[in-house]
Amino acid sequence: MTEKTIRVLVAKPGLDGHDRGAKVIARALRDAGMEVVYTGIRQTPEMIAEAALQEDVDVIGMSILSGAHMALFPKVVDLLREYGMDDVLVVAGGIIPDEDVPTLKALGIQGIFGPGTTTDRIVEFIREHAR
Amino acid sequence: MSQELIEGVLASQRRAIARAISLVENDGAEAQGFLAALHPHTGRAHIVGVTGPPGSGKSTLVNALALHFRKEAGLLPQEGGQARTAPKIGIVAVDPTSPFSGGAFLGDRIRMRDLAGDPGIFIRSMASRGNLGGLAWATADAVKVLDAAGFDLVIVETVGAGQAEVDIARTAHTTVVVEVPGLGDDVQAIKAGILEIADVFAVNKADLEGADHAVMALRMMLDLDTGAAQRTMHHGRLMEVVAQSPAAPSNTDRQPGTTSWHPPIHKIVATRREGIAELVDAILAHREYLQNSGHLVRRERERAAAELETIIQQESLRRVLACTDGSQLRELVELVVQRQLDPYTASQQLLATINLLSREGQT
Repeated sequence: MTEKTIRVLVAKPGLDGHDRGAKVIARALRDAGMEVVYTGIRQTPEMIAEAALQEDVDVIGMSILSGAHMALFPKVVDLLREYGMDDVLVVAGGIIPDEDVPTLKALGIQGIFGPGTTTDRIVEFIREHAR
Repeated sequence: MSQELIEGVLASQRRAIARAISLVENDGAEAQGFLAALHPHTGRAHIVGVTGPPGSGKSTLVNALALHFRKEAGLLPQEGGQARTAPKIGIVAVDPTSPFSGGAFLGDRIRMRDLAGDPGIFIRSMASRGNLGGLAWATADAVKVLDAAGFDLVIVETVGAGQAEVDIARTAHTTVVVEVPGLGDDVQAIKAGILEIADVFAVNKADLEGADHAVMALRMMLDLDTGAAQRTMHHGRLMEVVAQSPAAPSNTDRQPGTTSWHPPIHKIVATRREGIAELVDAILAHREYLQNSGHLVRRERERAAAELETIIQQESLRRVLACTDGSQLRELVELVVQRQLDPYTASQQLLATINLLSREGQT
């Protein structure tokens, strides 16, 4: 048996419909040999946590551009904890102001990747930190 | 850990089900023991396969089917005949693994967002992981997990299938083949393969031009079947073809006219959920046909035989490889490459040494 394939849920919480970035990331992770479940746009925190549970993913990547991250990300993290999925690596990207980053990291969102991040760096981060 | 997981699955705990599917997907000795423990609890779910070309609307159809089954509570009469609750539905959706990176983009959930939040539905995406028959190696095992967890209906969506991806007929009780208008003329419909495994046809996107033509081509194909072929239509050459002996189904007197099944063709528009009720009726009718005609039992026996054969094959291979050190195999490969030995003789040689070794081991 070779090493376990990393499963990633790529999700778009909130109401913005711009998923080009999420798709680029999903594609990059696929090309890095990961299995990427893409949920599509306009997902509620409940939908994201439930999908992560059913898909038994190792990683959740959320992309958001609407500015609602401080409302939505904590809910996802709470639900994951409720489901006993605290060991899942949570990362985020999109438009997230610098001043919000410490709060989100304290919540348990381990990696936050803004515009300009290379996909290689994200792949590397996930490989290093996934359970 | 394993015992806890077994109990969790049998109690239909979602986290346990999810972890169990990962376990069977990642194979290994632990998975075997686990599946062995689940086996007595399987065999209750009706398994519906949905297959068809990429972009034909399989995921959208699965979404529409699941919504309909859930809404029209009690469509599936339970054992015993009374309790008519909405069936619990498990969905396994397979997408292809990249042959280059080993990664996969699993996008079937995108079309199933209407099902989110329904506790009676469990969706799992699976990568094909190099298997070529339209399913992953572990798909049938994932279905077993859902079956044991008490899902009444398990819908399996294959990878976008062309002509030869017919594994689904081995896994599913009822195979729905999704076609769309404009894919080719009636010559395509004569070709062997995917069209032969259909128990029910769904011509999706029927609001597009050419839908009637697609239906006509399929109907023509079905009409060309001789009597014998019609009987083998049902999972055709995939299963042992059972010649219709006069003595075959003795219980048909109860349900006259159910001895042979003619795959119906339904026009649907999955995005607008048009034609779905009729399609669901066709699936249920097929289920009833399987039960009343005795096909269900026969199928189950054939499936079990095929499964056992596969397991023996894999296990034999594993044992053979465990008996040889890698160098012996590499040497043989090298000889074959250099054309000093052919692969048939090489495998005979390898097996001969193993026979010798194991005999020596016994004495």
